[in-house]
Amino acid sequence: MRRRRRKWKSALGWGLAWLAFALVLFGLVDLVGSVLWQGIRSFRLSMLFEPTQGIAGGLENAILGTFELVFIGVVFAAPLGILGGIFTSEFAPPRLAAVIRFVAEVLSGVPSIVIGYFGYLLLVLHFHWGFSALAGGVALTLIMLPYILRTTDTSLQQVPLLQREAAWALGMTRTQAILKTVWRPAASGMATGLLLAIAIGLGETAPLLYTAGWNSNNPSLALTHSQVGYLTYVAYTYLDEPYAQARQLAYAAGFVLLMLILIIQLVVRFVVWRSAARSGRSAA
Amino acid sequence: MRKVSKAAKGWDRGFRVLAAIGAASPAVFLVSIAAIVLVESIPTIRFMGIHFLTETRWDMGNLYGALTHRNGITAPAGASYGALVFIVGTLLSSVIALVIAVPVSVGTALILAYRVRGPLGFLLNILVELLAGIPSVVIGLWGILVLVPWIANAFAPFLKSVLGFIPFFGGQTGTGYSLLASGIVLAMMIVPIITATTRDLLVQVPLLAREGGLGIGMTSWEVVRYIALPYIREGFIGAVALGWGRAMGETMAVLMVSGNATNILPQNLYSPISTMAAFIANQLDSAETDASGMAVHALSELALLLLAITLATNLVARWLVRPRRRGGVVAP
Repeated sequence: MRRRRRKWKSALGWGLAWLAFALVLFGLVDLVGSVLWQGIRSFRLSMLFEPTQGIAGGLENAILGTFELVFIGVVFAAPLGILGGIFTSEFAPPRLAAVIRFVAEVLSGVPSIVIGYFGYLLLVLHFHWGFSALAGGVALTLIMLPYILRTTDTSLQQVPLLQREAAWALGMTRTQAILKTVWRPAASGMATGLLLAIAIGLGETAPLLYTAGWNSNNPSLALTHSQVGYLTYVAYTYLDEPYAQARQLAYAAGFVLLMLILIIQLVVRFVVWRSAARSGRSAA
Repeated sequence: MRKVSKAAKGWDRGFRVLAAIGAASPAVFLVSIAAIVLVESIPTIRFMGIHFLTETRWDMGNLYGALTHRNGITAPAGASYGALVFIVGTLLSSVIALVIAVPVSVGTALILAYRVRGPLGFLLNILVELLAGIPSVVIGLWGILVLVPWIANAFAPFLKSVLGFIPFFGGQTGTGYSLLASGIVLAMMIVPIITATTRDLLVQVPLLAREGGLGIGMTSWEVVRYIALPYIREGFIGAVALGWGRAMGETMAVLMVSGNATNILPQNLYSPISTMAAFIANQLDSAETDASGMAVHALSELALLLLAITLATNLVARWLVRPRRRGGVVAP
């Protein structure tokens, strides 16, 4: 009797767990499915090649603007993050390394709207850059930096100490050891981290609302004083318009965004999976 | 042994300095964010004092009329910056998100850690991680397309008919743009975070401890209930706190489905709300029209408050999930 009750309880517990799991999968499928479905119905290929006009037109300006903003973000975030990760993993004494990791984690926990508002106060108002590509790019830098730093650090930490010792024994300085040998096994990890950081940057809205502004023309090369359009803005703003055309543009923007990010994510997973499979085989 | 050349030593030193600059940059950014937001909010702190936290009325005053002076600060007549509505909205929506997300995440993490393996497990893990990578504006899009109509037409009336006798569940069921929609959307966003952390913790539970449980005749569920879950308790609480911090700071998805209420506290689960983060994002235009600049300062104080709350939850979370040595059931 007692035994039966325990078995029944076990089944109930696992049943609930499976239910929760099914709920998550259902949510994911429903989300991706409905956004893709609406997106495909609204998307026209010509949208990629014409800028927004009023509430209709295309997405060329937003796509180019997104790329420009993410590019500026990466230009600042990648060197800082990679160098910072190298310092944390290779040079810093353990206690300092723990502090740096902690600070980076805290920075990544700062709400993105606060980063955007900080960019507005400092860059747009105090520095008089206006809503601009540079202000938006710097805001994205703050989002991506802690992520790149952490992935660089983790992938370097996985390189065995033996490899460093071998390099040092050849008379290399620490820097030479890092630049000539240690980075190689860590390279794929660092690259996936960078790609995922780019994916995060592509999907951000909140930090850009207060820094990049909006522009229905294609981005100029001016770094300051020229507003830039971006995809997430279209998806957010045009959805509220009462016109079907505007909403279609919003769906299409969401669709393009989702496709870009899914592609990056899948490429990253594939690379990770292949390198894992390869190292597994060579170990065996 | 080859002698290290002077040039190589110089390069080494230079590279170290560069790397140190990179490593110091997050701290520099963090401090400057806090400093700028704090300095910019000083005028509102002096103008409103503690009423910033207790007042429900957020009103920029008559922007084209006379100016008032209080505590040495000049503001448009009738201006009042009370953030209580947004504080309540932030706390309520994030708590609802936790109520939904915690059981779902635990269940999902248990399945991912103990029930699926091999290629299928790999695939399912990827799917859950994919959810973490979906931009919040896309989740907001889904919220408007699917969730809000569903809540308005089906879920809210259903909840009201079943649980309507409980005060917060009764009353007008509204348009769907609501506290409930915000909570569900936030839950979508924090489930992958809590699930991934919990799964990693569950995988670390020593096999010997679990096998020991099976060995004395526990069912597999009892092993989870009495061995695995107690083992990961602190780390799990940390993961929840981490998700909570994320939920309170989330902007876009909430902004799109919350209904953007101002000056009124939510009456029930189906009332429109606004959160601190969403309100800051929503107020861009009005902040720019205020010539006295007080609106900018007031939003800055809101950002400061949000920063302080999320940092506090983050610190607690990090402290709880910190790696540690522990005695007891650890395998050799």
